[in-house]
Amino acid sequence: MASVVRLLAVFLRVGILNELQYRTNLYVQLFRSSLSLVTGLAGLGVVFSHTQTLAGWSPPELLAILGVYLVVSGVLRFAIQPAMERLMEDVRNGTLDYILTKPEDSLVLVSVRAVEVWRLADVVLGSVVIGAAVSQMHDRIDAWQVAGFVIALVAAATTVYSFLLILTTLSFWFVRLENILVIFQSMYEAGKWPVDIYPAWLRGALTFLVPVAFATTVPAQALAGRLTPVALAGAVALSASLFTAARYFWSVGLRRYAGASA
Amino acid sequence: MTEWVDMYRAQLATTFATQLQYRAVLVIWLLGLILSPVISLVVWMTVATSGGGQAGGFTAPAFAAYFLALMVVNHLTFTWIAWEFEYRVRNGQLSGLLLRPTDPIHIDIAANVTYKTITLVIVIPTVIVLGAVFEPAIEITPVTIFAFIPALALAAVLRFLVEYILAMVAFWTTRVSAINDLYYVPLFFFSGQLVPLSLLPDTVRLIGLALPFRWMLSFPVEVVLGRVQPDDLITGYVAQIGWIVIALASRVVIWRAGLRRYAAVGA
Repeated sequence: MASVVRLLAVFLRVGILNELQYRTNLYVQLFRSSLSLVTGLAGLGVVFSHTQTLAGWSPPELLAILGVYLVVSGVLRFAIQPAMERLMEDVRNGTLDYILTKPEDSLVLVSVRAVEVWRLADVVLGSVVIGAAVSQMHDRIDAWQVAGFVIALVAAATTVYSFLLILTTLSFWFVRLENILVIFQSMYEAGKWPVDIYPAWLRGALTFLVPVAFATTVPAQALAGRLTPVALAGAVALSASLFTAARYFWSVGLRRYAGASA
Repeated sequence: MTEWVDMYRAQLATTFATQLQYRAVLVIWLLGLILSPVISLVVWMTVATSGGGQAGGFTAPAFAAYFLALMVVNHLTFTWIAWEFEYRVRNGQLSGLLLRPTDPIHIDIAANVTYKTITLVIVIPTVIVLGAVFEPAIEITPVTIFAFIPALALAAVLRFLVEYILAMVAFWTTRVSAINDLYYVPLFFFSGQLVPLSLLPDTVRLIGLALPFRWMLSFPVEVVLGRVQPDDLITGYVAQIGWIVIALASRVVIWRAGLRRYAAVGA
């Protein structure tokens, strides 16, 4: 675990140094993040000009979902997606060799080595939105709710990571797959709203086929104090088992990898 | 005239063959085009249900009809020219196209037409299935169809031109994606993708009236749903044509200026 943190810190530092050369990117990213925030807020505004609650969710609770959506998508684009894109490219070009010859866990290396630092702007903005949402909720929030929220958020990030790792690992068999990540992106859009509003078949797909429900709805439920301990345990169990499965699948896929010269 | 027919026949055949090569990309674009209206549809059906059966004059089945019609119109009018054009300018691919005796815009028109023809094979069954699921209240008469076709064609032309003009920003900057984002936000609100325009707050709706976005998408949708009065129909066509004229003129001016700039880079 210590080595994971150390490696992440090293790559993060390199990533920041790299990005500091292109400072305009920060402003471009801030601009884009604010646009997506404005779109989200205006959407909520229009919806709540016609109703008091949406499928039992009050305005601050939906605001919390929007915040979680921004945080998770920030994490996704900051570290997970760049790493997966790099990995696919390396498998295609055979350059994964360079990773495999290093004396560290190859999965850890591929997962932390590519970061897009400015994407953290979404995480910051999302956190502000969550803070604003919490301050507008009627009941005082207690320590259990905060703990549940943090656990659910970690589980959400783990679930998304594991899910994308499984998809990416498929590239050991099917070489050209970069579009599969785009599919996830467009499915993730659905996570801006609570999954309870979707009809059963779509809710099922967004829960078990593509884990969007766990990524945004569940943490927001925790914050709103509506998540039962059983549901939280379920989310944690799912993320743990998905993580284990992804790790196992990775080792299977790695055996398929032929390298550049083989 | 026969030259043009031959040229288009050749372009259509080429783009048809090219696009069938990249079937996965076709499906991915489609997924976004289908999912986004479904999300809005579900949100507003939920609003209508919790608001005692209706919101702003739309019942849940009326919302379903609106967003399914919007899905089809959005599919038939959207373009991907901004990405394509940026790629061309960045790679210098545009240079080769400029050597041809016809304006490259005709390649893009042909590609647009073939893409839509190919993907209708997926879009139509999808809309039928979604129609069975969401049970829209829609009554299509020959009159609405007759009024709808010109509205749709004008909307497609206008949206294509506007997005083409936007794509030409690539001549001046390589950061096209940020400018695209800036365009998609008002498009999303003012073209009726988030919600039927009549449900927007009054001030926002008034701003929308001065912009071209509604003529690119929501107008044909409202026409096919029979929500447009005969008088407004004529005004609508006129507004669409007016915007098209403005867009055509801007396209010519910006295209010339852009080409000078492009040559100056030495690409």
